[in-house]
Amino acid sequence: MKRESFNGTVRSVFRNLLKRREASLVILLLVFLIPVLIRSPKFLSVSNLALIFNDMSILTIVAIGQFFVILSNGIDLSVGSVIAFTGMAAGMINESFPGVPIPLILLTSAGIGMVMGMINGVLVAWGKIPPIITTLGTMSIYRGLTFVLSGGTWVTAHEMTPSYIGFPRIQFLGISILVWIAILVVIVMYCFIRYTRTGRAFYAIGGNPVAAKFVGVNEAKTRFIVFLMSGLLAGIAGGLWTARYASAVNEMATGFEMQTVAACVLGGVAFSGGAGGVPGVVLGALFLTMLNNALPVIYLSTFWQTFVEGLVLLAALVINTVVDQRKTAQLLAQRRVKK
Amino acid sequence: MSKIEKELVARSRLVDESSIKERLLRIFTQWEVLLGIIFILMVLFFTGRTPWFLDWFNLMNASFQFSEKAIMALPMVFIIMCGDIDISVASIIALCGFLMGMVADAGGSILQIILVGLATGTLAGLINGLLITGFKMPAIAVTLATQSIYRGIAKAIMTEHAFTRYPEGFGYFGQGYIPGTVIPFQLVLFLGLALVMGFILHKTTYGWNLYAIGNSQEAARFSGINVQRSRIINYTLMGFFTGISSILLLSRILSARSNIATGWDMEVITLVVLGGVSITGGKGNMVGVVIAAFLVGYLKFGMGLLKLSSTVMSIVTGGLLIIAVLLPRLLDVYKQNRKLRMQQKTMTSVHQDAEQDKEKP
Repeated sequence: MKRESFNGTVRSVFRNLLKRREASLVILLLVFLIPVLIRSPKFLSVSNLALIFNDMSILTIVAIGQFFVILSNGIDLSVGSVIAFTGMAAGMINESFPGVPIPLILLTSAGIGMVMGMINGVLVAWGKIPPIITTLGTMSIYRGLTFVLSGGTWVTAHEMTPSYIGFPRIQFLGISILVWIAILVVIVMYCFIRYTRTGRAFYAIGGNPVAAKFVGVNEAKTRFIVFLMSGLLAGIAGGLWTARYASAVNEMATGFEMQTVAACVLGGVAFSGGAGGVPGVVLGALFLTMLNNALPVIYLSTFWQTFVEGLVLLAALVINTVVDQRKTAQLLAQRRVKK
Repeated sequence: MSKIEKELVARSRLVDESSIKERLLRIFTQWEVLLGIIFILMVLFFTGRTPWFLDWFNLMNASFQFSEKAIMALPMVFIIMCGDIDISVASIIALCGFLMGMVADAGGSILQIILVGLATGTLAGLINGLLITGFKMPAIAVTLATQSIYRGIAKAIMTEHAFTRYPEGFGYFGQGYIPGTVIPFQLVLFLGLALVMGFILHKTTYGWNLYAIGNSQEAARFSGINVQRSRIINYTLMGFFTGISSILLLSRILSARSNIATGWDMEVITLVVLGGVSITGGKGNMVGVVIAAFLVGYLKFGMGLLKLSSTVMSIVTGGLLIIAVLLPRLLDVYKQNRKLRMQQKTMTSVHQDAEQDKEKP
């Protein structure tokens, strides 16, 4: 009797797990972690995890912005270029005015990013240009502006102040400042998307724009805020990026937008909009970073990274889609029975 | 029908349609015509700025820089017409280049290299199509994954290596001219393929079906169109044309690396959207895309002549892309407002006439 109830609980726990959007990710993570852990049990040691967290911080911040956009049924291809522009701006500010305090540099880069996001937002919300086209255009525009801003040169490590380059590595309670910033962003954004009107409106316009309109969501305004947030987060990431990699070049973060989209897809964010959550996105970013960290452990050269990433992405997509379709089928069947 | 209503209908018919002003307005608010005007303005601008722009030989040679992308834009029109998208094409080029380079390195003949390129591209496209339709997954997500997979294969096996040994005569496809002229083979191939693809899109049932699918997949399915089959064919065509492009590219640069053609997928999509094809599907035509290909190609060439960096050019192409979508929309709004105003005018005039009639007796 007891045994049966125990089995029942296990089964229901599993079933609940499978129903969640992050299910595919957990399965994939297990499949992937077991061989890695057999090879090297130290992979999940505290020191290595701290390294992984450090590597995933910037990706997590930007991926959350990307998540907002995908949630509202769009895509933001311009984040890589926003990072480049804001990162370049941050580097140049630090180079020409070494006296400016670091928080002010970060605020400036965040502000610039926000303005760039607002431009995207205006074009999408009131210009009614599809997000993919808008951001495809601004992707090249912002990248070009980065070049104009820097005049084709780059800011190297010895041109920036040691305190700016060094601050992401400052340890606080055993974790670097960079990770703390990411944690802060994750918590704030989690609360924002879950507990505020605007955050819930993101889900609403992504899930069903018509219904959202009928319950009083201002679609244009919400879309504008979505892109504003994405730009803001990319701007924060830009300031951090320059400090972390100790250089600002025109080509920085090229193709990074695809990484952020991949993190969202891995995290179970649906491209049709209206589904997904911040925890999933964080897990997706974690998984992507772990992949890169773990390849040498299982004796694969880093040249395999792109290929493995693609395979994992495809697997996650297939699992998500199949789970989703089964869920819809079940719902339909239930409705039929009730009739 | 009352007298006033009859009068209204009659007058509203009289307003629009046939006057020269209306006809001109209709022609000049078409996107292809606007693109053509922009193209002419651009030519005039560059001719004024530099004496080397309007040079037959230069213009022909400049086409080497954009023919490959333009060829890929043709099947991309089909894909976007259905409301789909393919962001894996640049990676397919890398994969084709890798395999062709390997065959060439092993001493394969020109024919073998070409066959390998075409087969690889077609197969890669077919896989994309099957994945998208088979699992009913969003096209952008699937091609994002295959983007990594295709280039990943090339990267994993080639690492930093490059294949640079090719049989004699292989360079003709990417570098050669039509014998006896200064017209590049690539350009002729592009125009020929554009004619074929334009014919398919505008003159065959298959092409018309694509418009239907783009406007509403559901409605298309209910009217008996095999939507999934059309989409698979589109992706396979895309792969095949990418194979052609990869042959041209490899033959032009004679070096296969894992990072060739990076970022081309976005450039190809830019061409298609600039050509007036709606990203949500169901709208656009081949003429616009061909004009857009020439426009962007010669814009880059001209800006290069003016010694502008390629990154600055990206500002112009990005801006053009946004204008390309914004302008037709603004024109639509203008046209609609104009129509409304006219209707209002006729309505008030009809009512006034009717009132005058009443007052008379």
